[in-house]
Amino acid sequence: MSGDVTWVGKAPESVVPEGDSLVAAYCLQLGDDALIYAQRLGEWISRAPQIEEDMALGNIGLDLLGQARALLTRSGELDGTGRGEDDLAYFRDEREFRCVHLVQQPRGDFAFEMARMVWFAAYQRELYAALTGSSDPVLAAIAAKAVKEVDYHRDHAEQWVLRLGDGTQESHERMQAALEVVLPYLAELFDDDAVSSAAAEAGIGVLPSSLHDAVVARVAALVERATLTLPDDSRWRSRGGRRGVHDQCMGYLLAEMQHIARSHPGATW
Amino acid sequence: MTAATRARTDVVAAVRAVPDPEVPVISIEDLGILRSVEVDGEVVRVVITPTYSGCPAMRAIEDGIGAVVAAHGLRAEVDVRLAPAWTTDWMSERGRDALARFGIAPPQPGAGVAAAGPVSLDLSVRRVACPLCGSEHTEQISRFGSTSCKALRRCLDCHEPFEEFKAI
Repeated sequence: MSGDVTWVGKAPESVVPEGDSLVAAYCLQLGDDALIYAQRLGEWISRAPQIEEDMALGNIGLDLLGQARALLTRSGELDGTGRGEDDLAYFRDEREFRCVHLVQQPRGDFAFEMARMVWFAAYQRELYAALTGSSDPVLAAIAAKAVKEVDYHRDHAEQWVLRLGDGTQESHERMQAALEVVLPYLAELFDDDAVSSAAAEAGIGVLPSSLHDAVVARVAALVERATLTLPDDSRWRSRGGRRGVHDQCMGYLLAEMQHIARSHPGATW
Repeated sequence: MTAATRARTDVVAAVRAVPDPEVPVISIEDLGILRSVEVDGEVVRVVITPTYSGCPAMRAIEDGIGAVVAAHGLRAEVDVRLAPAWTTDWMSERGRDALARFGIAPPQPGAGVAAAGPVSLDLSVRRVACPLCGSEHTEQISRFGSTSCKALRRCLDCHEPFEEFKAI
């Protein structure tokens, strides 16, 4: 994790794509967020505090995986390389992924997961609601489908934040600590990166900063109801995920996610 | 009715009757995921829509359609279309009855209307009848069940746990 990176030579995102390539690049960012968070949520199966939560987190991950498949398929259709969803998921290296740092963070305790989910689902809910008006008809259709799913994810996380925050002293303390752990990763969700800005300009996407106030208002009201406190701004923040700059944990995540496909390229079953 | 017309009617009926692989008491038509069937010579074009983005049954449903069409000596072309997004409001009365008899509480109507508006439903406060004893004295155990489309509930009168098809 670091501040801004100084590039020696040409930075990978120095040229903002246009036309179909722009739709492809934008869908790739959204798809990578969904894919990597789906991978993290899958880690909860057999690890959650109760079997119903194994199923819930698995189901939420499955929704995100479905969204990722549709988004990566759309990206591969338009980026001119002819790659399919599996090529993009399994055969790209770390620097080619465009997800934010929030979704790649290693699994913490259950309170951490609910803190991450309550923010990410609130963000995705606003994002997909806005994208139903995208000028790309496929992206608009994916968003219209996903927004209904994310409604359930957000509700699930909110119920848990309420229960843990307004629960026992132990659950309250751990939920409060979790809100502080995720804090440095939130600003990045609302950064107007080059691809999103160009996509918003073209009517394909939405400006991430335009989602900020609605998301924060939603979570802030919930946190108050849960007798918790939104932490003050942190002294550092993540950045660079949209340029392919990731945390150390990302390499380990990709190794686990990709090794079967890479060990047996082209395998079918 | 000519033989050709009869064959067309038969294959269309067979596609409409393809069962959902997860809940085989309900057909894809009654579930509302079959959008259209068109017979064009040797080709049967079928449009279906997924319940959830990540529904793992879609491949099995495509294969099921392919198999019944092949049994009629024809070839299926299945198109999976996302828009308009599926809603449980597209489930037929017959489908709802079949679910209830199978022990799954059917989805409550009006989901599509609610989802289109800006106001989210409070998903926790709803009256759902137990499909076993009919009591409305039931509570939710988990919003997420054995498949994406179902939630877990229990009856506070007959004490049986049961699944509910989530309204979406």
